[in-house]
Amino acid sequence: MTEVLVTVDDLKVWFPVREGGLRKTGNLRAVDGVSFEVRRGETLGLVGESGCGKSTTGLAMIGLEKATAGRVVFDGTDVTAAGKRELRALRRRMAMIFQDPYASLNPRRSIGDSIAEPLEIHGLHKGKDARTRRVGELLELVGLSPEYRNRYPHEFSGGQRQRVGIARALATEPDFIVCDEPIASLDVSIQAQILNLLHRLQAELGLTYLFIAHDLSAVQHVADRIAVMYLGRVVEVAEARALGEDPKHPYTRALLSAVPLPDPAAERRRKRILLEGDLPSPLHPPTGCNFRTRCPDRFQPCPDVDPTLQDAEGHLVACHLYGVVGEPVDAAADRG
Amino acid sequence: MSAVLTVEDLRVRFGTKRGVAEVVSGIGYTLHEAETLAIVGESGSGKSVSSLALMGLVPQPPGKVTGTVHFGGRNLVECSREQLRHIRGNDIAMIFQDPMTSLNPVLTIGRQLTEHMQEHLGLSDGDARKRAIGLLDRVGIPAPDRRIDDYPHQFSGGMRQRVMIAIGLACDPKVLIADEPTTALDVTTQAQIVELVEQLQDDLGMAVIWITHDLGVVAGIADRVAVMYAGQIVEEAGVDELYANPRHPYTQGLLGSLPVLGQPDRELTTIAGVPPDPVALPPGCSFWPRCPQRLDPRCEHERPTLRDLGGGHRVATFYDAKPAGEATS
Repeated sequence: MTEVLVTVDDLKVWFPVREGGLRKTGNLRAVDGVSFEVRRGETLGLVGESGCGKSTTGLAMIGLEKATAGRVVFDGTDVTAAGKRELRALRRRMAMIFQDPYASLNPRRSIGDSIAEPLEIHGLHKGKDARTRRVGELLELVGLSPEYRNRYPHEFSGGQRQRVGIARALATEPDFIVCDEPIASLDVSIQAQILNLLHRLQAELGLTYLFIAHDLSAVQHVADRIAVMYLGRVVEVAEARALGEDPKHPYTRALLSAVPLPDPAAERRRKRILLEGDLPSPLHPPTGCNFRTRCPDRFQPCPDVDPTLQDAEGHLVACHLYGVVGEPVDAAADRG
Repeated sequence: MSAVLTVEDLRVRFGTKRGVAEVVSGIGYTLHEAETLAIVGESGSGKSVSSLALMGLVPQPPGKVTGTVHFGGRNLVECSREQLRHIRGNDIAMIFQDPMTSLNPVLTIGRQLTEHMQEHLGLSDGDARKRAIGLLDRVGIPAPDRRIDDYPHQFSGGMRQRVMIAIGLACDPKVLIADEPTTALDVTTQAQIVELVEQLQDDLGMAVIWITHDLGVVAGIADRVAVMYAGQIVEEAGVDELYANPRHPYTQGLLGSLPVLGQPDRELTTIAGVPPDPVALPPGCSFWPRCPQRLDPRCEHERPTLRDLGGGHRVATFYDAKPAGEATS
């Protein structure tokens, strides 16, 4: 259970910003020094608000986005340094489920062909009969009738399309699946169906998930551990229950307090921590702790020392409230 | 509490190639002064269309709106375009999910705010500008005297929604219709906007219709809740009553399928199947094909109407649904 499957080590994904398409004028620091581990067989939830870099982190972990710096090690192989051939072999063991299955399925291909595509690419289940059989198996696995294989994406509802997306992700028998907001575009009554399906598949197939979402209630429901991101950084990592009951980082606290609860009495009792202002631009993140501009608990070292993740009562937290640990800003500026 | 707005037997139909789609099929509710009524439903339930219809914003044709909407001594369904325009500016304001598409990208927000006031309140340029700056300040936009000359793209999503709210408030409306105003926003921003609307409501005493799919948000803001399914209100109750004692199998299913923060071990029940096609609604109860209970022989053939359970709790079932879990299916 504690065996590590994927290690993310000081990962950075920066996008150059060019003015008028020519001169490079800066970097958009989508992911700016992220480290965490995903253990075999677990679900690690990765939460944060739009623009915090959670999806880019997920893409970089399976080699779909190039890392600017840092490493991603998947079962002993460095994904960020892997050559084309090596990456292809790795990709058979990693898959992705996207938010909008309508956008990620080819509308002109039958869903059977879409599901069979990864099999073709990796030369699995060769031969027409074997492939048809495998596609049928996959459809059944996600709760769809094998007869649907000749239908097209538009003939399905959102929830069914997400099932097709999941079947496709499972085609090559991956160990690790990045689920990027898999339920965000679905109606409530359908969300639960998909969450239950993902849970069952994990138990049956021994999958490891990175579950990326902005919805903390859903993440807490599926994840064993949760990593919280803010502006390109991980600010806290903890067991799901511990994170929910006793959040340590001021951002995690604010985030949890903002999640609406379907309980009118509890809602009335609650005191929300309202954050001031807006998310700073990832083009010019604040110096030191990048949450300090909105943090209700900010104090003297925050602008000067860039906090690193440290242990605080079993949570990993990047915050000076738990001891000033990190790099002084001057040194950090030199790194860049 | 007196009624501000009363809706009776409101229907919206659209002619489609495949036949007539009844998107809203005979809903009725009363909105009282200073209260917040939440209309909850999933996509396609008719929650948004019903509100557009009462504002006269459903294009006819292809749409067809019937029924009555009593507001200020008039039936809005029969008002002329000009009358509705006047009411929309002065008495009923509406804010939408995506402020970027409802704001004009090529006009400064000041222009969009004052245009409104000049037309409906007859203010001079200077007075309108002053009032606009005051409103921006009121909705929490920092440095409003400078930001008033900015364009919508210069604002973040949360700030744009604040601008939309300022525009909505420009003429002191009696009713604010908020159609999924926080759905496109992050949770922390959502919390800011919810707080803002509650505060404004306390100060200005307006009634709010809050349309959403999010049962979490509803618990925090609503006084009363109407749950819509396939164009009908299937249950209506005070907010505490609805969450504590849901009586329609659909409401029970919705609440049961919700992951709740702080209850990671809660088992999620699911509602099988998908909502019906509005062109081919089931002849009986529209929830019948998905219903885990359907305990009455009439369910399949007859459409249940809302009946009063007392205390303002109304439910459209033929039988008294037991809470999910205890059901015998």
